[in-house]
Amino acid sequence: MINERILNGLLMLGLIAVPLWALWADEPFTITLTTRVVILALAAAGLNIALGIGGLVSLGHAVFFGIGGYTMGVLAYHAQTFTPLAEWPWVIEGTKSMPVIWVSAILLAALAAFVIGILSLRTSGVYFIMITLAFGQMFFFFTISWSAYGGEDGLSIYVRNGFPGLNTLVPIQFYGLCVGLLCVVLFLTSRLIHSPFGLALNAARQIPSRVETVGLNPMRLKLLAFVISGAVTGLAGALFADLNRFVSPTMFSWQMSGELIVLIIIGGVGRLFGPVLGAIVFVALEHWLGGISDYWHIFLGLILLLIVLFARGGLVGLLTGKEGPHV
Amino acid sequence: MSEAILKTERICKNFGALQACQDVSIDLRPGEIHAIIGPNGAGKSTLIAQICGSLRPTSGTVEFTGRDITDTGTAARARLGLGRTFQISALAMEDSVLQNAVLGALGASGHPWRFWRPALADKDLRMRAESALQRVGLVEQMHARCADLSHGQRRQLEVAVALTLAPKAFVMDEPMAGLGAGGSRTLTGFLDELRAEAPILLVEHDMDAVFALADRISVLVYGRIIATGSVDEIRRDPTVREAYLGEDP
Repeated sequence: MINERILNGLLMLGLIAVPLWALWADEPFTITLTTRVVILALAAAGLNIALGIGGLVSLGHAVFFGIGGYTMGVLAYHAQTFTPLAEWPWVIEGTKSMPVIWVSAILLAALAAFVIGILSLRTSGVYFIMITLAFGQMFFFFTISWSAYGGEDGLSIYVRNGFPGLNTLVPIQFYGLCVGLLCVVLFLTSRLIHSPFGLALNAARQIPSRVETVGLNPMRLKLLAFVISGAVTGLAGALFADLNRFVSPTMFSWQMSGELIVLIIIGGVGRLFGPVLGAIVFVALEHWLGGISDYWHIFLGLILLLIVLFARGGLVGLLTGKEGPHV
Repeated sequence: MSEAILKTERICKNFGALQACQDVSIDLRPGEIHAIIGPNGAGKSTLIAQICGSLRPTSGTVEFTGRDITDTGTAARARLGLGRTFQISALAMEDSVLQNAVLGALGASGHPWRFWRPALADKDLRMRAESALQRVGLVEQMHARCADLSHGQRRQLEVAVALTLAPKAFVMDEPMAGLGAGGSRTLTGFLDELRAEAPILLVEHDMDAVFALADRISVLVYGRIIATGSVDEIRRDPTVREAYLGEDP
């Protein structure tokens, strides 16, 4: 058993050391791989706010991941073809600026989460899972038939979007941006967990009737958690699209939503660094076992099974023990 | 007698053909403990649910501090000053005792939309929570995980959370449930003093506690109030003895 803070520190150190080693050893592919880890961790960190603290098992978080991706895709596509995105009522141009794309992705994903949340939070349990899944499938099939932006084939963006003062085409620089954003999100999440809002949300997950009888509305607490969660996953989606310089309806697929849940379960539901450890394990398995067999998911399933049966707190729980009450 | 703080006016609740609550009119006046007793299935929980807002009556009205709250939600009723304790402890079991009490204080403050400073570092919330824990005698255990508390301590915490709200009236659903004789006596003493602060509508099976505490008792049988009166009146009432106390008159 090790202290959870020490484990978190080690994971963070690993996320900094590994790419630096890769830079020194001239292994750019390892940097790309760790970038993938960081972006998936960010997407799952978003879901962790809804699922881990709020108890909202959303099987539709690919919606926000995809919205982030398509925000980047559509804006960059118009910028690279020099066509305006809209001419009425205002002229909206495309952009290749990452900060603008990020803010747009966050806002659009938050808006979608607000609408989906208002409709879905009337249900709970398995119905909530199903309704969020249904929204995910709606977006998936919509983008498949959205021929203006590539339909089923998706959209390729030829040059990675820019960030002031950096050359984002250099893998380590793009990685630095991603890991920076992950740090910011994890730090804000750790503040949020202990804040009055986090305390109330945490109680709303465990016992909504109690929260109501002290005069708070558990639905509103959960709705805001869902919106914040969607916004973070949306940001991750924009980064993911920029990593691959490609977006396709796959980002909206239910398998994507499922993967995010799997990441969190492997890492540790509700644990701050659960998504990070989950993403590391997931990408590592995908890389090594994927190289051995196309059917590597069998092993992933086996690991998932073992964790669900024997280590309910995920790997973070396995390594650090049960979480004490926040004092 | 002064104006009632909490009042139901001929409320009825039907579940299909079942009339769980028929023409129930009760009131709660300042300074009193009004006990509701009745056999299992008499409709006590249904009545509480309508008073606290989780069920809406089929007909009739609920009034609190002079305003009609029949269509007001549970959370809004709590904000108006209706403090409730549950029959089965409704606490965040994974959280500490202090966190549960701070949740109550947070509800009372009405400002849960704060995202930066830790809730437990907030002086006002903390003071309010700790003074409530102090009053029920749980300050020593405040850092314990709620799931590790004994049953009796959970009942105490349940009351403490209601106290943080500084309510204008309490609705307590079997606060003595599952308490041993000692615990029951302590809580009885505590409720006895509490009534001066805010009146208590008390649903309770523990007859010793009811007879020791209540200023008035209402007897609910098959969804109807069959009698309301002082402890002595209820003890003597032949219909009550027949329906509830199970004795031949």
